[in-house]
Amino acid sequence: MSRIKNTFERLKKENKKALITFITGGDPDYETSLELFRSLPENGADIIELGMPFSDPMADGEAIQKASIRALANGADMKQTLKMVKEFRKGNQETPIILMGYYNPVYAYGVEDFCKKASEAGIDGLIIVDLPPEEDEELRIYADNNGISIIRLITPTTDENRLKIILNGAGGFLYYVSITGVTGTASADVNKITPHIEMIKKYTTLPVAVGFGIKTSDDVKVMARISDAVVVGSVLVKEFDAKDGATAISEIQNIVRVLSKAV
Amino acid sequence: MIQDLYKNQPDDKGHFGIFGGRYVAETLMPLILTVGDAWKEAKNDPSFWKEFEYLAKYYIGRPSPLYYAERLSKKLGGAKIYLKRDELNHTGAHKINNCLGQILLAKRMGKTRIIAETGAGQHGVATATVCALFDMPCTIYMGATDVERQKPNVFRMKLLGAEVKSVTSGASTLKDAMNDAMRDWVANVEDTYYIIGTTAGPHPYPEMVRDFQSVIGNETKEQMKEHEGRVPDILVACIGGGSNAMGLFYPFLGDKEVKMYGVEAGGYGVDSGKHAASLAGGRAGILHGNRTYLLQDEDGQIKEAHSISAGLDYPGIGPEHSWLHETGRVEYVSITDDDALEGFKLLTKMEGIIPALESSHAVAFAAKIAPSLSEDNIMVVNLSGRGDKDIFTVAQHLGVEI
Repeated sequence: MSRIKNTFERLKKENKKALITFITGGDPDYETSLELFRSLPENGADIIELGMPFSDPMADGEAIQKASIRALANGADMKQTLKMVKEFRKGNQETPIILMGYYNPVYAYGVEDFCKKASEAGIDGLIIVDLPPEEDEELRIYADNNGISIIRLITPTTDENRLKIILNGAGGFLYYVSITGVTGTASADVNKITPHIEMIKKYTTLPVAVGFGIKTSDDVKVMARISDAVVVGSVLVKEFDAKDGATAISEIQNIVRVLSKAV
Repeated sequence: MIQDLYKNQPDDKGHFGIFGGRYVAETLMPLILTVGDAWKEAKNDPSFWKEFEYLAKYYIGRPSPLYYAERLSKKLGGAKIYLKRDELNHTGAHKINNCLGQILLAKRMGKTRIIAETGAGQHGVATATVCALFDMPCTIYMGATDVERQKPNVFRMKLLGAEVKSVTSGASTLKDAMNDAMRDWVANVEDTYYIIGTTAGPHPYPEMVRDFQSVIGNETKEQMKEHEGRVPDILVACIGGGSNAMGLFYPFLGDKEVKMYGVEAGGYGVDSGKHAASLAGGRAGILHGNRTYLLQDEDGQIKEAHSISAGLDYPGIGPEHSWLHETGRVEYVSITDDDALEGFKLLTKMEGIIPALESSHAVAFAAKIAPSLSEDNIMVVNLSGRGDKDIFTVAQHLGVEI
């Protein structure tokens, strides 16, 4: 059985929701990023999204844009991101790893080869922000062949007809983008989100994660009540903005520990 | 039928062969699909085109003349060169054709706010102009580097009532302005319409912008019939995103005997790595909503473009050009900064027309091939913009203080 499925089933038995943490691969540099990455599960992350750095992250706010720039400036590339996951897997076989990013670096790597290497490295799922269902077949074929789930995004602009299109081919879990906007900006409003989550649940048994604009313990608590998982990212990576590597790592670990108690 | 092959592009998902498509965040997908539906409806509605044509005639000043450049032709001693004078349009470039069409669509869709990106400021000025005309608030995204080097256009946009947002992310140029415009759109999907300035972006933009700009090629066809009683032999246009070229080429794609040259910005030379020639120096990838040729590194990170002309300074190209390149229907060449400057000086002196640095690339290429042709060969060069905005850049390159 897949790690994603295992994780959600285990948490369900424990009557818990999943905390999903996003960090950018290679931010601010390979060594620091790997150290943080490895430490996330013991601090309370149930699933990890690892950002694939990209020069033009159009759906991201300032915090994650800067994380990409830092990583790229220090030599991050797709090979290094895959290597990071390989290293991580040496000490952890349980935590699901999702790669998140934009299509061009995947396309440049070669879609078929990428899926093969990603699977070998121990990657469980992919979120490609700028690859809607209409265009993702060329990736999905190879992802499926290699046991990698394509995790689809649902947004406040998704109506029932669109939802059916998105669900056709979706795997792993669903990522509900809680605001119309880029990452790390506006705050999510639970009253607006609840009916959407209910609509999604009518059509699927896949777990639903809520992300974008989630910052505090209170946000996490409220969102966990209406969903199966909560994603935090900007609030973590922005620690690298002003602090040195070691200080930022321990700050991020602190935040993750606190948030994990709220899910 | 070859005519049908070209006329029927793109398919209903916006693909020109493998290029084009809709690569945007899911939040934007419903809106992009709605823009597609609204465009399909509008383009089949005669009343939509009636309003477009009325304003094209009385507001923009169309048709623009097709002018026989006799002195230039004789000086070069070969082909008979005609200039399609889109630099005479209101606001001084072809950009306004597209802005007029898109704001009519935005109005039809009930949108109340406009956003746009701009590099040199020509598309920003054209957008701010139609927004003043239709009384719509607009926000123009412009890289901080460009804001600094294009001050007159920034001031024009502000006079016209636009809010100009200086973009400091990335390298602070056109592609970053486009990123920030997309970010704005994601956050304001309800009321906002994005007027993209070139034949790029997600479907239906490449098709739609091409169709609005096709007024250039359609007029040229008519006017050439009057002048010469036939179609021209050669078309030449410069390419950044490629909207003026697409506008000139499209109506002629089915005319097998017409040879077409798209002129990319060669910067310091394609081998130098400092250029904006996506077809000559790039490869297929995905950016800003479509699959097309891009300047990128091994890892798929987008590279900065370089050109003396800010309007060509973009690391991608419209997807239809990528397709026309691969099918071989259009030949794509490049002209360096230095050659473009020579083209600028040549046309200014020979015909008393100061071309934009963008269009100077087309002029320079025409000057390169004309001498080897005979006077039976008829060539049309698209003069997509006028050069007033460029006099400071040119003065700097010539070492003149003004």
